[in-house]
Amino acid sequence: MDVVLLSRLQFAAATIFHFLFVPLTIGLSTLVAYMETQYVRTGDETYLAMTKFWGKLFLINFAVGVVTGITLEFQFGTNWSGYSAYVGDVFGSLLAIEATAAFFLESTMIGVWVFGWRKLSKKAHATVMWLIAGASTLSAVWILIANGWMQHPVGFDIQNGRAELVSFLQVVLNKFGWMIFLHVIAGAFVLTAFFVMGISAFHLLKKQQVEFFTRSFKIALFTGFVAAVLVVVHGDFHAAHVAEVQPAKLAAMETLWETQPKAPVYLFSIPDEEKEANLIEIGKIPGLLSFLAFKNVDAEVRGLKEFPKEDRPPVFISSLAFKGMVGLGTYFIFITLVGLFVRNRLTEFPLFLKIIMFSIPLPYVANELGWILAEVGRQPWIVYGMMKTADAASPVDPVQVAISLAGFILVYGLLGAAGFYLMAQNAKKGPVPVEEEV
Amino acid sequence: MELQITWFFLWGLLWAIFFVTDGFDFGIGTLMPFLAKNDTEKRVMLNAMGPLWDGNEVWLIAAGGVTFAAFPILYATMFSALYSALMLILFALILRGVAMEFRGKVENVIWRQVWDFCVFFGSVVPAVLFGVAFANFFKGIPIDAEGIYHGNLFSLLNGYGLLGGLLFLFLFLEHGALWLSIKSDGDLHDRAVRTAHGLWWILIAVALLFLTATRFETRLYDNYYANPVLFLLVLINLAAFLQVKWFLIKKAYFTAWFSSALAIICCTFFGLIGLFPNMLPSSVDRAADITALNASSSPLTLKIMLTVVIIFIPIILAYQIWAYNLFKGKVTKADLAAEDAY
Repeated sequence: MDVVLLSRLQFAAATIFHFLFVPLTIGLSTLVAYMETQYVRTGDETYLAMTKFWGKLFLINFAVGVVTGITLEFQFGTNWSGYSAYVGDVFGSLLAIEATAAFFLESTMIGVWVFGWRKLSKKAHATVMWLIAGASTLSAVWILIANGWMQHPVGFDIQNGRAELVSFLQVVLNKFGWMIFLHVIAGAFVLTAFFVMGISAFHLLKKQQVEFFTRSFKIALFTGFVAAVLVVVHGDFHAAHVAEVQPAKLAAMETLWETQPKAPVYLFSIPDEEKEANLIEIGKIPGLLSFLAFKNVDAEVRGLKEFPKEDRPPVFISSLAFKGMVGLGTYFIFITLVGLFVRNRLTEFPLFLKIIMFSIPLPYVANELGWILAEVGRQPWIVYGMMKTADAASPVDPVQVAISLAGFILVYGLLGAAGFYLMAQNAKKGPVPVEEEV
Repeated sequence: MELQITWFFLWGLLWAIFFVTDGFDFGIGTLMPFLAKNDTEKRVMLNAMGPLWDGNEVWLIAAGGVTFAAFPILYATMFSALYSALMLILFALILRGVAMEFRGKVENVIWRQVWDFCVFFGSVVPAVLFGVAFANFFKGIPIDAEGIYHGNLFSLLNGYGLLGGLLFLFLFLEHGALWLSIKSDGDLHDRAVRTAHGLWWILIAVALLFLTATRFETRLYDNYYANPVLFLLVLINLAAFLQVKWFLIKKAYFTAWFSSALAIICCTFFGLIGLFPNMLPSSVDRAADITALNASSSPLTLKIMLTVVIIFIPIILAYQIWAYNLFKGKVTKADLAAEDAY
């Protein structure tokens, strides 16, 4: 195998694994901060128990998330030195700012939060959790501005044989980055909501700690509904922007081969990249794609055939990821809407609770599909329209990369197993019972 | 030019702070199997760095990130050249990080032993490999004019590289033993103090050996001969080492630790000043040397990043010092009994 493919596999493995833990870090830190604030405001011990219970799950998740994030920063150097040398002037600063402005605060405060229960006032302790939540969101801002730049590079000039920064403001205000940011954050809250609802449902089914878990469930339910609506509405805006700046990705998402006005959306389609046509097309809605992309049913949308074969992203993966994400997004709105109707009689609807419980993995899948679409859909470019992935890899011995890839799979596999085992154990155990005050 | 020089030293400063802060974590993690007689003592050792190690480790991320932003060519070359070494360090750090969080979460002897081993492995491997890496920086590595590395993991493990590894290991062991002396009491405290006393002699021997070998293996002294005033740094470094012993004898453990921190900073800058303006010299072709002047970002990026670090580094230092201060004092039985302890 060649070094480019191995490095791509390694980066994909590292990112996909890291991103199993990131959304929950972002979402749950905010929910725990909210719970702790409620405790400080009302003095209600149930909120304290909630803070501790969900906080513990947050910490296990955070531990794996944080260590797997470290490798990502360094892989730009180890595996993608061509990329780093060519665009480091623009891209490097974004990662460096993420570390100095956000990640430091998050990591330092985690230690303070965990060990600071007896050293800080209640208010100060709750504030620390808000700092953690804020910093993890701020981390996402910088990382996604960086990713947005790879998707839609702006604010640079090619000088001295590399991309040199011309306008930092343009890079930071890049619409693409902020679009992804809003989408990712909303997706993180959907995932967190289903995580909290799912574990609560497990206990509600067994009628354990009903008050505790009903309250947790409801907080998550409102969060989940709002986030699910935002994620879908916003996804639509984002797709329109993709249509504008990454036409090949849009065509691949929708398996559109011919450039045409009144471009259709297919509810289901299977593309055949050899024949440059769709094998199966079901539920054709003419004009919908034109409308979604350009808010005009007659607008012309560029098809895949417009791009040279070597400049097209993998159509099958892109379309599957997109359809999967849209389907799941619709489901999240539907099921949380049902939840809003039954929220005050949760224990009377065991079937609903079961469905919620088994839905825990779905937002994980949806979040990962989003990333797969973003990154695979950008191919063959590492920086869209500017640098090909094939030109970006380090000139290192493929054997080294193969060994480290095996190492990643082994170490991450074990960590993932241990991390999810611990989360499951602690989730099952439930909170430390609160003494009822008379 | 001034910008690049400023960045060269800022780059060094970030590495130095990382070695000072996470250094004692590496030391304690490496000492754990040797110093702790039972699980309680292990937990005292872990909790001695518990609230702090996560924030300490971020200095590595910052040093890496700043290398990327300010010296992208260096970032690309050094990490691809040192590929396997860096991967080993990263895996070690990953294992250490989760081990801290995971070990206490299940009541099972084997579970704990596995994670204890990870703490040890995750401490000793980075400590040694960072030393090996930096010594090879001082010596130069086989890169050609295209920045392609002609060597492998084992070519880094040459005599001088390994000596650098030993130096870092003993610097961090001493640093860790001193931190543990501050944070523990009773038997463990006495053992930590005795260890710090004993390790000091080995550290001095290794440091002198390294200074001598540097004379023969590297071009580092060229800058010193050109500007003899720079030898002052070496003197301060020696003074810092002596202070470690002096304050140890005086039982002023925090001051001793502080002196050890100063010694680590001096050691880092001893190498950097010798390297300057090189960052990663080539051992095969001097025209292929990677320097602060030919590896840097554009002036605009350097200026923006300078603004960023001038604003944020003091803020970071302020809240980290606040956190250190919050968790000062010895790890007590009450600390271990609390549910948040490791």
